[in-house]
Amino acid sequence: MLANLQHLFRYRGLIQSLVARELKARYRGSVLGFFWSFVNPLLLLLIYSFVFTVVLPGVHPPELEPFALFMFCGILPWTWFSSSLLESSNVLIAGGNLIRKVLFPAEVLPIVTVFAGLVHFCLGLPILAGFLIYYRVPVHTTDLLWFPVIVLVQLVLTLGLGMFVAALTVHFRDVRDLLANLLTLWFFATPIIYPLSQAPPNVQRLLSLNPFTHLAVAYQEVLFRPGPFTGWPRLLAVGGASVVVFLAGYFVFDRLRDTLAEEV
Amino acid sequence: MSAIEIRGVRKIYRRYGRRRQFATLKSALLSGRIMRDLQPDETFEALKGVSFDVAAGKTFGIIGRNGSGKSTMLKLIAGIGRPTEGTVRVEGRVSALIELGAGFHPEISGRENVYINGMMLGLTKREMAARFDDIVRFAELEEFIDAPVKTYSSGMYMRLGFAVAIHVDPDVLLVDEVLAVGDEAFTHKCLDKFAELRRRGRTVLLVTHSLDLVKRFCDEALWLDGGVAKAQGDPQRVVDAYLMAVAKTENEELAASDVGRATAPHRAGATGAPPEGPPAPHAVEAPPDMFRAVEGRWGSREVEIVGVDLVGPEGQPSHVFQSGDPLEIRLRVHPSEPVRDFVFGVGIFNADGVCCYGTNTHIEGAVSGELASDGEVTFAIERLDLVDGTYKLDVAVHRENGVPYDYHRLLYTFRVKSSLKEAGIFRPPHRWRFSGGIRISGPQ
Repeated sequence: MLANLQHLFRYRGLIQSLVARELKARYRGSVLGFFWSFVNPLLLLLIYSFVFTVVLPGVHPPELEPFALFMFCGILPWTWFSSSLLESSNVLIAGGNLIRKVLFPAEVLPIVTVFAGLVHFCLGLPILAGFLIYYRVPVHTTDLLWFPVIVLVQLVLTLGLGMFVAALTVHFRDVRDLLANLLTLWFFATPIIYPLSQAPPNVQRLLSLNPFTHLAVAYQEVLFRPGPFTGWPRLLAVGGASVVVFLAGYFVFDRLRDTLAEEV
Repeated sequence: MSAIEIRGVRKIYRRYGRRRQFATLKSALLSGRIMRDLQPDETFEALKGVSFDVAAGKTFGIIGRNGSGKSTMLKLIAGIGRPTEGTVRVEGRVSALIELGAGFHPEISGRENVYINGMMLGLTKREMAARFDDIVRFAELEEFIDAPVKTYSSGMYMRLGFAVAIHVDPDVLLVDEVLAVGDEAFTHKCLDKFAELRRRGRTVLLVTHSLDLVKRFCDEALWLDGGVAKAQGDPQRVVDAYLMAVAKTENEELAASDVGRATAPHRAGATGAPPEGPPAPHAVEAPPDMFRAVEGRWGSREVEIVGVDLVGPEGQPSHVFQSGDPLEIRLRVHPSEPVRDFVFGVGIFNADGVCCYGTNTHIEGAVSGELASDGEVTFAIERLDLVDGTYKLDVAVHRENGVPYDYHRLLYTFRVKSSLKEAGIFRPPHRWRFSGGIRISGPQ
């Protein structure tokens, strides 16, 4: 397994090119092209702002103004996470021809999906930065140094889960449908459109079993809330757990590898 | 030193039955039989213990019928699958021409696809950059390389895929029946490229139905049949062994269909007397056939044709003949009472139903005397100068005025084989002569 992982490193050039291809191919033929990477999160932000400031004003604590921005800190990484997993679940089946006919490590495909999601996430960041500056949210420079760490933890976690669902879907096609519903549940079980502090204490304990809770809270603390970032021990713990998830996901993928070419 | 080493390789494919297809994760979880659903219902053994070596720098051909395990073997060597049992060892970088352009993305340009395809085959970006111009030139796509691949014709697509795979410069190149990707000129270019790889000491493994290619290009050949290696060694010998086996099976199949058909008319209630002699047991199972509508047997049966044999040069009844060989058509006839008015006739038809030749003893001036008891009529053809194909035979015995005693319509099938694929029906004995400023070698 570790030898395969090392082998995978040699394919980084391919991963890079495939990510570029993925991004180019996605918006080929659309009028706005790459601009959609900005427009999509912006529209999402508009929708949530409408719901939570016009339809349901005052359900959130006043210190979280502007609330839309608070939500955006969580929605942007969540979009990366959920879309990567959903696409990963389909990627081996869509690329079935490749797996059956060309010799190359199949895990490249889910990895490319996750990295393509990362690029979209990064393209959404200027929008977030623009709003942070517009609303004059005070941001600590030392806090910002934690930002890449959070992204890295999320990347490792998503890669592990992505490979897991990718390999599993080949054997059980209904993982896709199951996953879509699971992700909806997961979204509401993560403090993205509400602050964690608003949940009752026993529910808070339950929510903290969810690794993405800590990631979302970390994003919010680093980008939105004032004061030094205090959640870093928890972030590092989630980081450790993510490495375990990654290795476990890779292990499952590696074990199912030989059956992939016959099953897709 | 061998570049490829195959030792006792078995490959068992799993086939899942009905239950598995409709089983889903949910139902598997609900009934707690997730492990049972992952167990195959039945298995199919594609390779049953094959061993062979391919020496480095040799061109090796694998031949065999469809479903003999050729492509499975190739995939195992390429590393796309793993053998259920046994070992596959390959020395050096492998490139496989299994499906050309399998990794192409339709929306992006040929240029980007070339890079990505090359990297999938294990090259770095820099190595690809060095080969890029050669690849495009080889594929003859200079003008279109920046257009999206979805705008390519299938020939362009294949050519580009072939060009990439062959420029990876592999130590071992695996080719699966992909040479038919372009026009004549491109096929020649591909063959030249193989020859070049061979000169540079690369190992090429060719899976193909083109026996000609194997004879011309390969140093060694392997014949797989039903997952078992039947013969290995000198290509000419292996190809001949294969051809003989194919002819034998064809012969058996045709013989089987004759028996079924010759007895069919009894059931159909042909004109005249009821059938004599025991009906063949499998008469009712006469296979449906394109000739069915026009075939049959009729006549008054005062004289019966009780047996028809096609005899080749070895003197044995057969159904497959070489063009140019002698052929004897032997009819055994049995009169139920002596007759004085009788004509024997023979007609040969090709698969399209065109009469290639027809004659009878009356046309050729013979005058009938008496047919008193059983006898044999032999129609001897000195040279069977028909082109390659399947033919059917009419045989008959009738009165001079045409009223049939026993007419067998298209009931006998035989096959004519020829190494030349000429057009038409008839091959007149001929030779080519050249004079003046013509220099040519080849046909005699």
